[in-house]
Amino acid sequence: MKFKAEIDVMPLKALLDPQGKAVTKSMVNVGLPEIGNVRIGKHITLEIEAPDEKTAKIKVEEACKKLLANQIMEFYEFKIEPLS
Amino acid sequence: MKFGVVVFPGSNCDEDMFYVLSNILKQETVYLWHKDHDLKNCDFIILPGGFSYGDYLRSGAIARFSPLMQEIVEFAAKGGFVFGVCNGFQVLCEAGLVPGALMHNTERKFLCKNVFITPVSKTALITSEIPSGKALKIPIAHGEGNYYADEKTLKELEANDQILFKYCDSNGAITPESNPNGSLANIAGVCNRGKNVFGMMPHPERAADVNLGNTDGLFLFNSLLSLVEGKV
Repeated sequence: MKFKAEIDVMPLKALLDPQGKAVTKSMVNVGLPEIGNVRIGKHITLEIEAPDEKTAKIKVEEACKKLLANQIMEFYEFKIEPLS
Repeated sequence: MKFGVVVFPGSNCDEDMFYVLSNILKQETVYLWHKDHDLKNCDFIILPGGFSYGDYLRSGAIARFSPLMQEIVEFAAKGGFVFGVCNGFQVLCEAGLVPGALMHNTERKFLCKNVFITPVSKTALITSEIPSGKALKIPIAHGEGNYYADEKTLKELEANDQILFKYCDSNGAITPESNPNGSLANIAGVCNRGKNVFGMMPHPERAADVNLGNTDGLFLFNSLLSLVEGKV
């Protein structure tokens, strides 16, 4: 069975995100001063061949821990759905 | 002493490093291709600066899984000497060979300029012969050099004397103003607990030739050479 995962990798909440900060400041320039605390990370999609959703989830966890996120400075969240 | 300079796709300081080791320090030096498994009996492995794998995903994140890196991890575990500069430091952090991570510079700019660094560790080979309080003028060239480690790791680095260099001013004073990239506690380089794996963001190989008008990097190379030669 094939599954699709959508993964978000974000800078840890306690850390300064200079990119997000620069974009937050420019919200004023586009006339949206009510928007604040922009934080920017990565959105990753991938496909997994696995017998069931539980196994697919384990594989995605492994991919995130080994390669996709550096947990010293980032955290990740993901959702999985079967590909029809 | 035989040095091996690793070449990843995207390395661009490998030739400068090779030149300093072979032509200035007169050491036997070879290139090591990242796809090989052969460390060619080198005593000292260098991971040079550059943009391995285009810095895709995160700087150093993909290079750490290259075949040669698996050998280097084993080599380091047995006490072998490894030194990473700039992108090489990022690869070492990603591989977990030294603690911490390198984030984007706080001002988001790619910084290419001379900075001053001062030695901190009294027990690491690479700093032990540099006079305490000395400010070395060494260039940096990076977008992601903002060193970060959590509080517990920082305490361990301090307790084990693992901080190699801190950014300072021209008099050797460690001040917030002399920190170019937002690094935690002005840290410019660290080593592992065993003090055989060293990483730093500034480029000593770019400050080692008298023809370039700055040889402060030689303090570091000479310190490393004289002490390592006794052990190999």
